[in-house]
Amino acid sequence: MPSLIEAFQSQVGRKILTGLTGFLLVFFIIFHLAGNLAIFGEPDAMNSYSQFLHDLGPLLWVARIGLLLIFVIHAYIGISIWINKRKARPQQYKVYSSKGGPSRQGLSSRSMAFTGVVLLIFVVAHINTFALGDMDTVLIDGRETHDIKSLVIDTFQNPIYAFGYTIVMILLGAHLGHGIWSAFTSLTLRSKKASATIYTIGVVVAVLLAVGFLFIPLYIYFGGGCDAALIHCN
Amino acid sequence: MSLMTINLKVWRQKNAETPGKFEDYKLDGVSEHMSFLEMLDVLNENLIKEGKDPVEFDYDCREGICGSCNMVINGRAHGPKHKTAACQLHMRTYNDGDTIVIEPPRAAAFPIIKDLVVDRSAFDRIIEAGGYISVKTGAAPEANLIPVPQDTSNEAFDYATCIGCGGCVAACPNSSAALFTGAKIAHLNSLPQGQPERDKRTVAMVDQMAKEGFGDCSNYAECEAVCPVGISISSIAAMRRDYIKAIF
Repeated sequence: MPSLIEAFQSQVGRKILTGLTGFLLVFFIIFHLAGNLAIFGEPDAMNSYSQFLHDLGPLLWVARIGLLLIFVIHAYIGISIWINKRKARPQQYKVYSSKGGPSRQGLSSRSMAFTGVVLLIFVVAHINTFALGDMDTVLIDGRETHDIKSLVIDTFQNPIYAFGYTIVMILLGAHLGHGIWSAFTSLTLRSKKASATIYTIGVVVAVLLAVGFLFIPLYIYFGGGCDAALIHCN
Repeated sequence: MSLMTINLKVWRQKNAETPGKFEDYKLDGVSEHMSFLEMLDVLNENLIKEGKDPVEFDYDCREGICGSCNMVINGRAHGPKHKTAACQLHMRTYNDGDTIVIEPPRAAAFPIIKDLVVDRSAFDRIIEAGGYISVKTGAAPEANLIPVPQDTSNEAFDYATCIGCGGCVAACPNSSAALFTGAKIAHLNSLPQGQPERDKRTVAMVDQMAKEGFGDCSNYAECEAVCPVGISISSIAAMRRDYIKAIF
Protein backbone atom coordinates (compact mmCIF):
# COMPACT_ATOMS: atom_id res chain seq x y z
CA MET A 1 0.00 0.00 0.00
CA PRO A 2 1.31 3.48 -0.78
CA SER A 3 2.05 5.93 2.02
CA LEU A 4 -0.31 8.87 2.54
CA ILE A 5 2.11 11.19 0.73
CA GLU A 6 2.27 8.81 -2.25
CA ALA A 7 -1.50 8.35 -2.20
CA PHE A 8 -2.11 12.08 -2.41
CA GLN A 9 0.18 12.24 -5.44
CA SER A 10 -1.91 9.68 -7.32
CA GLN A 11 -4.57 10.88 -9.77
CA VAL A 12 -7.33 9.96 -7.34
CA GLY A 13 -5.52 11.45 -4.33
CA ARG A 14 -4.86 14.71 -6.18
CA LYS A 15 -8.51 14.99 -7.09
CA ILE A 16 -9.61 14.36 -3.52
CA LEU A 17 -7.17 17.05 -2.31
CA THR A 18 -8.45 19.49 -4.94
CA GLY A 19 -12.04 18.87 -3.84
CA LEU A 20 -11.21 19.12 -0.15
CA THR A 21 -9.17 22.32 -0.49
CA GLY A 22 -11.81 23.70 -2.87
CA PHE A 23 -14.52 23.12 -0.27
CA LEU A 24 -12.43 24.79 2.44
CA LEU A 25 -11.84 27.77 0.15
CA VAL A 26 -15.60 28.03 -0.51
CA PHE A 27 -16.21 28.06 3.27
CA PHE A 28 -13.55 30.74 3.60
CA ILE A 29 -15.10 32.99 0.97
CA ILE A 30 -18.54 32.59 2.55
CA PHE A 31 -17.05 33.97 5.80
CA HIS A 32 -15.17 36.60 3.79
CA LEU A 33 -18.41 37.74 2.16
CA ALA A 34 -20.14 37.89 5.54
CA GLY A 35 -17.31 40.16 6.73
CA ASN A 36 -17.62 42.32 3.61
CA LEU A 37 -21.34 42.77 4.12
CA ALA A 38 -20.57 44.38 7.49
CA ILE A 39 -19.94 47.51 5.40
CA PHE A 40 -23.73 47.89 5.27
CA GLY A 41 -24.08 47.58 9.06
CA GLU A 42 -23.53 50.09 11.85
CA PRO A 43 -20.82 52.71 11.10
CA ASP A 44 -18.23 50.78 13.14
CA ALA A 45 -19.31 47.24 12.25
CA MET A 46 -16.66 46.54 9.61
CA ASN A 47 -13.77 47.97 11.61
CA SER A 48 -14.97 46.20 14.77
CA TYR A 49 -14.90 42.94 12.86
CA SER A 50 -11.38 43.75 11.66
CA GLN A 51 -10.37 44.49 15.26
CA PHE A 52 -11.91 41.21 16.42
CA LEU A 53 -9.83 39.33 13.84
CA HIS A 54 -6.61 41.12 14.83
CA ASP A 55 -7.34 40.44 18.51
CA LEU A 56 -7.16 36.72 17.73
CA GLY A 57 -3.39 37.23 17.66
CA PRO A 58 -1.47 33.97 17.05
CA LEU A 59 -4.71 32.22 16.11
CA LEU A 60 -5.07 34.64 13.19
CA TRP A 61 -1.61 33.65 11.99
CA VAL A 62 -2.51 29.98 12.22
CA ALA A 63 -5.58 30.72 10.09
CA ARG A 64 -3.55 32.77 7.61
CA ILE A 65 -0.86 30.13 7.18
CA GLY A 66 -3.47 27.38 6.95
CA LEU A 67 -5.38 29.31 4.33
CA LEU A 68 -2.22 30.00 2.34
CA LEU A 69 -1.35 26.30 2.43
CA ILE A 70 -4.85 25.30 1.27
CA PHE A 71 -4.72 27.87 -1.53
CA VAL A 72 -1.24 26.83 -2.68
CA ILE A 73 -2.16 23.12 -2.73
CA HIS A 74 -5.35 23.85 -4.68
CA ALA A 75 -3.55 26.05 -7.20
CA TYR A 76 -0.57 23.70 -7.55
CA ILE A 77 -2.70 20.65 -8.29
CA GLY A 78 -4.94 22.66 -10.62
CA ILE A 79 -1.97 23.85 -12.66
CA SER A 80 -0.39 20.39 -12.73
CA ILE A 81 -3.68 18.89 -14.00
CA TRP A 82 -3.60 21.44 -16.80
CA ILE A 83 0.03 20.59 -17.66
CA ASN A 84 -0.81 16.87 -17.56
CA LYS A 85 -3.72 17.45 -19.90
CA ARG A 86 -1.43 19.05 -22.48
CA LYS A 87 0.92 16.05 -22.25
CA ALA A 88 -1.90 13.51 -22.43
CA ARG A 89 -3.14 14.89 -25.79
CA PRO A 90 -0.26 16.41 -27.74
CA GLN A 91 -2.28 16.51 -30.96
CA GLN A 92 -5.64 18.29 -30.65
CA TYR A 93 -8.80 17.40 -32.57
CA LYS A 94 -9.63 19.40 -35.68
CA VAL A 95 -13.28 19.29 -34.69
CA TYR A 96 -14.40 18.81 -31.09
CA SER A 97 -17.77 19.22 -29.45
CA SER A 98 -19.62 18.01 -26.39
CA LYS A 99 -22.23 15.32 -26.79
CA GLY A 100 -24.52 17.02 -24.25
CA GLY A 101 -26.82 14.84 -22.14
CA PRO A 102 -25.11 13.99 -18.84
CA SER A 103 -22.00 15.97 -19.85
CA ARG A 104 -21.05 18.87 -17.57
CA GLN A 105 -18.74 20.31 -20.18
CA GLY A 106 -19.29 24.00 -20.75
CA LEU A 107 -17.74 27.44 -20.48
CA SER A 108 -17.40 27.08 -16.70
CA SER A 109 -15.71 23.65 -16.68
CA ARG A 110 -13.52 24.31 -19.73
CA SER A 111 -12.19 27.58 -18.31
CA MET A 112 -11.21 26.29 -14.83
CA ALA A 113 -7.48 26.73 -15.49
CA PHE A 114 -7.95 30.24 -16.90
CA THR A 115 -10.32 31.45 -14.16
CA GLY A 116 -8.10 29.77 -11.57
CA VAL A 117 -4.96 31.56 -12.75
CA VAL A 118 -6.82 34.90 -12.84
CA LEU A 119 -7.98 34.28 -9.25
CA LEU A 120 -4.42 33.41 -8.21
CA ILE A 121 -3.09 36.71 -9.58
CA PHE A 122 -6.09 38.54 -8.15
CA VAL A 123 -5.52 37.22 -4.63
CA VAL A 124 -1.95 38.57 -4.62
CA ALA A 125 -3.14 42.00 -5.83
CA HIS A 126 -6.08 41.91 -3.43
CA ILE A 127 -3.88 41.25 -0.38
CA ASN A 128 -1.56 44.01 -1.51
CA THR A 129 -4.45 46.48 -1.76
CA PHE A 130 -6.43 45.70 1.37
CA ALA A 131 -4.19 43.90 3.83
CA LEU A 132 -0.91 45.67 3.10
CA GLY A 133 -2.33 49.01 1.88
CA ASP A 134 -1.87 52.30 3.74
CA MET A 135 -4.64 52.68 6.28
CA ASP A 136 -5.68 55.40 8.69
CA THR A 137 -6.59 54.40 12.21
CA VAL A 138 -9.84 54.90 14.07
CA LEU A 139 -10.84 54.47 17.68
CA ILE A 140 -13.03 51.44 18.38
CA ASP A 141 -13.94 50.88 22.04
CA GLY A 142 -11.18 53.33 22.94
CA ARG A 143 -8.53 51.35 21.07
CA GLU A 144 -6.84 52.30 17.81
CA THR A 145 -7.58 50.01 14.92
CA HIS A 146 -7.10 50.01 11.12
CA ASP A 147 -9.76 51.91 9.21
CA ILE A 148 -10.34 49.23 6.60
CA LYS A 149 -13.81 50.58 5.86
CA SER A 150 -12.50 53.94 4.60
CA LEU A 151 -9.84 52.15 2.54
CA VAL A 152 -12.52 50.01 0.87
CA ILE A 153 -14.73 53.01 0.16
CA ASP A 154 -11.81 55.07 -1.20
CA THR A 155 -10.48 52.22 -3.34
CA PHE A 156 -13.76 51.55 -5.09
CA GLN A 157 -14.20 55.21 -6.08
CA ASN A 158 -11.61 54.29 -8.68
CA PRO A 159 -13.37 52.78 -11.74
CA ILE A 160 -10.39 50.50 -12.49
CA TYR A 161 -10.76 48.83 -9.08
CA ALA A 162 -14.57 48.84 -9.10
CA PHE A 163 -14.90 47.25 -12.53
CA GLY A 164 -11.76 45.13 -12.25
CA TYR A 165 -13.13 43.53 -9.08
CA THR A 166 -16.50 43.04 -10.73
CA ILE A 167 -14.98 41.16 -13.67
CA VAL A 168 -12.87 38.96 -11.39
CA MET A 169 -15.91 38.16 -9.24
CA ILE A 170 -17.81 37.05 -12.36
CA LEU A 171 -14.86 34.75 -13.11
CA LEU A 172 -15.01 33.51 -9.50
CA GLY A 173 -18.67 32.63 -10.09
CA ALA A 174 -17.69 30.77 -13.27
CA HIS A 175 -14.95 28.87 -11.39
CA LEU A 176 -17.36 27.84 -8.64
CA GLY A 177 -20.13 26.98 -11.12
CA HIS A 178 -18.20 23.83 -12.04
CA GLY A 179 -16.01 23.78 -8.95
CA ILE A 180 -18.63 23.17 -6.27
CA TRP A 181 -20.23 20.27 -8.18
CA SER A 182 -16.80 18.92 -9.04
CA ALA A 183 -15.72 19.02 -5.38
CA PHE A 184 -18.80 17.02 -4.37
CA THR A 185 -18.02 14.49 -7.11
CA SER A 186 -14.32 14.30 -6.22
CA LEU A 187 -15.14 13.66 -2.57
CA THR A 188 -17.59 10.98 -3.78
CA LEU A 189 -20.50 12.84 -2.15
CA ARG A 190 -22.79 12.01 -5.01
CA SER A 191 -25.33 9.58 -6.32
CA LYS A 192 -26.91 9.19 -9.73
CA LYS A 193 -30.19 10.58 -8.42
CA ALA A 194 -28.71 13.56 -6.55
CA SER A 195 -26.26 14.57 -9.29
CA ALA A 196 -28.50 17.13 -11.02
CA THR A 197 -29.63 18.62 -7.69
CA ILE A 198 -26.05 19.00 -6.45
CA TYR A 199 -25.08 20.64 -9.74
CA THR A 200 -27.95 23.13 -9.44
CA ILE A 201 -27.11 23.92 -5.80
CA GLY A 202 -23.47 24.48 -6.82
CA VAL A 203 -24.47 26.93 -9.56
CA VAL A 204 -26.88 28.80 -7.25
CA VAL A 205 -24.21 29.12 -4.52
CA ALA A 206 -21.67 30.26 -7.15
CA VAL A 207 -24.04 32.94 -8.48
CA LEU A 208 -24.99 34.13 -4.96
CA LEU A 209 -21.33 34.41 -3.91
CA ALA A 210 -20.31 36.23 -7.10
CA VAL A 211 -23.26 38.65 -6.89
CA GLY A 212 -22.62 39.20 -3.17
CA PHE A 213 -18.98 40.10 -3.81
CA LEU A 214 -19.44 42.25 -6.90
CA PHE A 215 -22.37 44.17 -5.44
CA ILE A 216 -20.10 46.00 -2.96
CA PRO A 217 -17.60 47.64 -5.39
CA LEU A 218 -20.37 48.52 -7.85
CA TYR A 219 -22.59 49.95 -5.10
CA ILE A 220 -19.75 52.03 -3.69
CA TYR A 221 -18.78 53.28 -7.16
CA PHE A 222 -22.26 54.18 -8.34
CA GLY A 223 -23.65 55.10 -4.91
CA GLY A 224 -20.92 57.59 -4.11
CA GLY A 225 -19.31 55.84 -1.11
CA CYS A 226 -20.37 57.36 2.21
CA ASP A 227 -23.25 59.15 0.48
CA ALA A 228 -24.86 55.83 -0.50
CA ALA A 229 -28.10 54.97 1.26
CA LEU A 230 -26.97 51.58 2.59
CA ILE A 231 -23.56 52.69 3.82
CA HIS A 232 -23.39 54.43 7.18
CA CYS A 233 -20.28 56.43 7.93
CA ASN A 234 -19.43 58.32 11.09
CA MET B 1 -34.64 4.77 -51.02
CA SER B 2 -32.81 8.05 -51.17
CA LEU B 3 -29.12 8.09 -51.97
CA MET B 4 -26.84 10.76 -50.60
CA THR B 5 -23.55 12.33 -51.46
CA ILE B 6 -21.35 12.61 -48.38
CA ASN B 7 -18.15 14.63 -48.14
CA LEU B 8 -15.57 13.02 -45.90
CA LYS B 9 -12.53 14.53 -44.25
CA VAL B 10 -10.56 11.56 -42.95
CA TRP B 11 -7.34 11.53 -40.89
CA ARG B 12 -4.68 9.59 -42.80
CA GLN B 13 -1.49 8.61 -41.06
CA LYS B 14 0.92 5.95 -42.26
CA ASN B 15 2.25 5.06 -38.79
CA ALA B 16 3.02 6.53 -35.38
CA GLU B 17 6.27 8.09 -36.60
CA THR B 18 4.96 9.77 -39.75
CA PRO B 19 2.89 12.94 -39.31
CA GLY B 20 -0.69 12.55 -40.53
CA LYS B 21 -3.03 14.82 -42.44
CA PHE B 22 -6.64 15.07 -43.50
CA GLU B 23 -7.71 13.75 -46.91
CA ASP B 24 -10.96 14.82 -48.54
CA TYR B 25 -13.19 12.25 -50.24
CA LYS B 26 -16.52 12.66 -51.98
CA LEU B 27 -18.72 9.59 -51.70
CA ASP B 28 -21.78 9.23 -53.95
CA GLY B 29 -24.66 6.77 -53.64
CA VAL B 30 -24.65 6.50 -49.84
CA SER B 31 -27.83 4.80 -48.68
CA GLU B 32 -29.50 6.04 -45.53
CA HIS B 33 -29.73 2.39 -44.40
CA MET B 34 -25.97 1.91 -44.41
CA SER B 35 -24.21 1.80 -41.08
CA PHE B 36 -21.36 4.25 -40.64
CA LEU B 37 -18.81 1.46 -41.08
CA GLU B 38 -20.57 0.18 -44.23
CA MET B 39 -20.23 3.69 -45.61
CA LEU B 40 -16.48 3.46 -44.89
CA ASP B 41 -16.44 0.02 -46.57
CA VAL B 42 -17.82 1.65 -49.73
CA LEU B 43 -15.18 4.36 -49.50
CA ASN B 44 -12.48 1.70 -49.18
CA GLU B 45 -13.83 -0.32 -52.14
CA ASN B 46 -13.63 2.85 -54.23
CA LEU B 47 -10.10 3.57 -53.00
CA ILE B 48 -8.96 0.01 -53.75
CA LYS B 49 -10.45 0.21 -57.27
CA GLU B 50 -8.52 3.44 -57.78
CA GLY B 51 -5.35 1.67 -56.63
CA LYS B 52 -5.12 3.77 -53.47
CA ASP B 53 -4.48 2.76 -49.88
CA PRO B 54 -7.78 2.06 -48.06
CA VAL B 55 -8.61 3.82 -44.79
CA GLU B 56 -7.67 1.60 -41.86
CA PHE B 57 -10.30 1.44 -39.13
CA ASP B 58 -10.94 -1.01 -36.31
CA TYR B 59 -14.04 -3.18 -36.16
CA ASP B 60 -15.03 -6.66 -35.12
CA CYS B 61 -18.64 -7.41 -34.15
CA ARG B 62 -20.40 -4.51 -35.90
CA GLU B 63 -23.23 -4.92 -33.44
CA GLY B 64 -22.17 -2.52 -30.70
CA ILE B 65 -20.76 -5.01 -28.23
CA CYS B 66 -17.03 -5.30 -28.90
CA GLY B 67 -15.95 -1.66 -28.68
CA SER B 68 -13.40 -1.87 -31.50
CA CYS B 69 -14.92 0.84 -33.68
CA ASN B 70 -14.19 3.86 -31.46
CA MET B 71 -13.49 6.83 -33.73
CA VAL B 72 -14.18 10.52 -33.38
CA ILE B 73 -16.90 11.66 -35.79
CA ASN B 74 -17.41 15.41 -36.16
CA GLY B 75 -15.71 15.95 -32.81
CA ARG B 76 -17.68 13.35 -30.86
CA ALA B 77 -16.52 9.87 -29.91
CA HIS B 78 -18.76 7.30 -31.67
CA GLY B 79 -20.68 10.10 -33.42
CA PRO B 80 -23.69 12.17 -32.40
CA LYS B 81 -25.99 9.53 -30.87
CA HIS B 82 -26.08 8.69 -27.16
CA LYS B 83 -25.44 5.08 -26.10
CA THR B 84 -24.53 4.16 -29.65
CA ALA B 85 -21.24 2.73 -30.89
CA ALA B 86 -19.92 4.03 -34.23
CA CYS B 87 -20.86 0.72 -35.89
CA GLN B 88 -24.48 1.17 -34.79
CA LEU B 89 -24.65 4.68 -36.17
CA HIS B 90 -26.57 4.82 -39.44
CA MET B 91 -26.25 7.16 -42.36
CA ARG B 92 -29.88 8.24 -41.91
CA THR B 93 -28.45 10.49 -39.18
CA TYR B 94 -26.88 12.58 -41.95
CA ASN B 95 -28.21 14.62 -44.85
CA ASP B 96 -27.25 14.75 -48.49
CA GLY B 97 -24.19 16.97 -48.94
CA ASP B 98 -23.04 16.80 -45.31
CA THR B 99 -19.35 16.95 -44.50
CA ILE B 100 -18.17 14.45 -41.88
CA VAL B 101 -14.78 14.80 -40.19
CA ILE B 102 -13.38 11.47 -38.95
CA GLU B 103 -10.41 11.39 -36.58
CA PRO B 104 -8.79 8.67 -34.46
CA PRO B 105 -9.17 8.84 -30.67
CA ARG B 106 -6.40 11.28 -29.76
CA ALA B 107 -4.39 10.53 -26.63
CA ALA B 108 -0.70 10.07 -25.95
CA ALA B 109 -1.60 6.77 -24.26
CA PHE B 110 -3.29 5.57 -27.50
CA PRO B 111 -0.53 5.86 -30.12
CA ILE B 112 -1.78 5.78 -33.71
CA ILE B 113 -1.00 2.55 -35.57
CA LYS B 114 -2.45 3.66 -38.88
CA ASP B 115 -5.15 6.14 -39.96
CA LEU B 116 -8.04 5.65 -37.51
CA VAL B 117 -6.54 2.64 -35.72
CA VAL B 118 -4.91 3.26 -32.36
CA ASP B 119 -3.08 0.99 -29.95
CA ARG B 120 -5.31 0.59 -26.91
CA SER B 121 -3.12 -1.91 -25.10
CA ALA B 122 -2.73 0.66 -22.29
CA PHE B 123 -6.21 -0.53 -21.25
CA ASP B 124 -4.99 -4.14 -21.20
CA ARG B 125 -2.14 -3.17 -18.90
CA ILE B 126 -4.58 -1.41 -16.52
CA ILE B 127 -6.59 -4.67 -16.41
CA GLU B 128 -3.41 -6.71 -15.88
CA ALA B 129 -2.56 -4.50 -12.90
CA GLY B 130 -5.59 -5.71 -10.92
CA GLY B 131 -8.67 -6.39 -13.03
CA TYR B 132 -8.97 -10.03 -12.00
CA ILE B 133 -10.18 -12.19 -9.11
CA SER B 134 -8.60 -15.20 -7.41
CA VAL B 135 -10.36 -18.49 -8.06
CA LYS B 136 -9.58 -22.01 -6.94
CA THR B 137 -8.72 -24.20 -9.86
CA GLY B 138 -10.45 -27.55 -10.32
CA ALA B 139 -14.08 -28.37 -10.96
CA ALA B 140 -16.41 -25.42 -11.59
CA PRO B 141 -17.99 -24.33 -8.28
CA GLU B 142 -21.74 -24.51 -7.75
CA ALA B 143 -23.11 -21.33 -9.34
CA ASN B 144 -25.24 -20.32 -6.35
CA LEU B 145 -22.65 -21.12 -3.70
CA ILE B 146 -21.87 -17.45 -3.08
CA PRO B 147 -25.11 -15.50 -2.66
CA VAL B 148 -25.10 -12.11 -4.43
CA PRO B 149 -27.98 -9.73 -3.64
CA GLN B 150 -29.93 -8.70 -6.74
CA ASP B 151 -29.12 -4.97 -6.29
CA THR B 152 -25.41 -5.73 -6.05
CA SER B 153 -25.59 -8.00 -9.06
CA ASN B 154 -27.38 -5.32 -11.08
CA GLU B 155 -24.87 -2.63 -10.09
CA ALA B 156 -21.90 -4.86 -10.88
CA PHE B 157 -23.44 -5.76 -14.22
CA ASP B 158 -23.95 -2.09 -15.11
CA TYR B 159 -20.21 -1.56 -14.64
CA ALA B 160 -19.33 -4.85 -16.30
CA THR B 161 -20.98 -3.70 -19.53
CA CYS B 162 -17.91 -1.53 -20.27
CA ILE B 163 -16.59 -2.74 -23.62
CA GLY B 164 -13.23 -0.98 -23.30
CA CYS B 165 -13.66 1.02 -26.50
CA GLY B 166 -11.80 4.06 -25.16
CA GLY B 167 -14.52 6.51 -26.22
CA CYS B 168 -14.25 8.00 -22.72
CA VAL B 169 -10.57 8.78 -23.24
CA ALA B 170 -11.22 10.14 -26.74
CA ALA B 171 -13.92 12.53 -25.51
CA CYS B 172 -12.33 13.64 -22.24
CA PRO B 173 -10.72 17.09 -22.59
CA ASN B 174 -7.96 15.76 -20.29
CA SER B 175 -7.68 12.32 -22.01
CA SER B 176 -8.47 10.68 -18.69
CA ALA B 177 -9.17 6.96 -18.42
CA ALA B 178 -11.06 7.38 -15.13
CA LEU B 179 -14.38 6.06 -16.49
CA PHE B 180 -12.82 2.86 -17.90
CA THR B 181 -10.68 2.23 -14.81
CA GLY B 182 -13.54 3.20 -12.49
CA ALA B 183 -15.95 0.83 -14.23
CA LYS B 184 -13.53 -2.09 -14.04
CA ILE B 185 -12.70 -1.44 -10.37
CA ALA B 186 -16.35 -0.84 -9.39
CA HIS B 187 -17.45 -4.02 -11.22
CA LEU B 188 -15.11 -6.34 -9.32
CA ASN B 189 -15.12 -4.43 -6.02
CA SER B 190 -18.89 -4.58 -5.71
CA LEU B 191 -19.04 -8.39 -5.87
CA PRO B 192 -18.13 -10.84 -3.08
CA GLN B 193 -15.70 -12.60 -5.43
CA GLY B 194 -13.78 -9.35 -5.82
CA GLN B 195 -13.20 -8.73 -2.11
CA PRO B 196 -9.85 -10.51 -1.48
CA GLU B 197 -7.89 -8.23 -3.84
CA ARG B 198 -10.10 -5.18 -3.38
CA ASP B 199 -7.59 -2.72 -1.90
CA LYS B 200 -4.61 -3.97 -3.90
CA ARG B 201 -6.61 -3.88 -7.11
CA THR B 202 -7.86 -0.32 -6.62
CA VAL B 203 -4.42 1.14 -5.89
CA ALA B 204 -2.65 -0.85 -8.62
CA MET B 205 -5.14 0.03 -11.37
CA VAL B 206 -5.19 3.73 -10.41
CA ASP B 207 -1.38 3.78 -10.48
CA GLN B 208 -1.22 1.99 -13.83
CA MET B 209 -3.72 4.47 -15.32
CA ALA B 210 -1.33 7.34 -14.48
CA LYS B 211 1.74 5.40 -15.66
CA GLU B 212 0.14 4.91 -19.08
CA GLY B 213 0.01 8.70 -19.54
CA PHE B 214 -3.73 9.31 -19.26
CA GLY B 215 -4.68 12.72 -17.89
CA ASP B 216 -6.46 13.54 -14.63
CA CYS B 217 -10.23 13.45 -14.31
CA SER B 218 -11.77 16.92 -13.99
CA ASN B 219 -15.37 15.72 -13.59
CA TYR B 220 -16.50 16.97 -17.01
CA ALA B 221 -18.73 13.85 -17.30
CA GLU B 222 -18.21 13.99 -21.08
CA CYS B 223 -17.12 10.32 -20.81
CA GLU B 224 -20.58 9.30 -19.60
CA ALA B 225 -22.17 11.27 -22.45
CA VAL B 226 -20.19 9.42 -25.15
CA CYS B 227 -20.09 5.95 -23.56
CA PRO B 228 -21.83 3.58 -26.00
CA VAL B 229 -23.12 1.51 -23.08
CA GLY B 230 -23.90 4.46 -20.81
CA ILE B 231 -21.49 3.76 -17.91
CA SER B 232 -22.19 6.34 -15.21
CA ILE B 233 -19.50 8.52 -13.61
CA SER B 234 -20.73 6.92 -10.37
CA SER B 235 -18.04 4.37 -11.24
CA ILE B 236 -15.40 7.10 -10.86
CA ALA B 237 -16.90 8.04 -7.48
CA ALA B 238 -16.80 4.34 -6.48
CA MET B 239 -13.13 4.14 -7.54
CA ARG B 240 -12.29 7.19 -5.41
CA ARG B 241 -14.26 5.85 -2.44
CA ASP B 242 -12.47 2.49 -2.64
CA TYR B 243 -9.11 4.23 -3.06
CA ILE B 244 -9.69 6.20 0.18
CA LYS B 245 -10.74 2.96 1.95
CA ALA B 246 -7.62 1.20 0.66
CA ILE B 247 -5.30 3.92 1.98
CA PHE B 248 -6.81 4.25 5.47
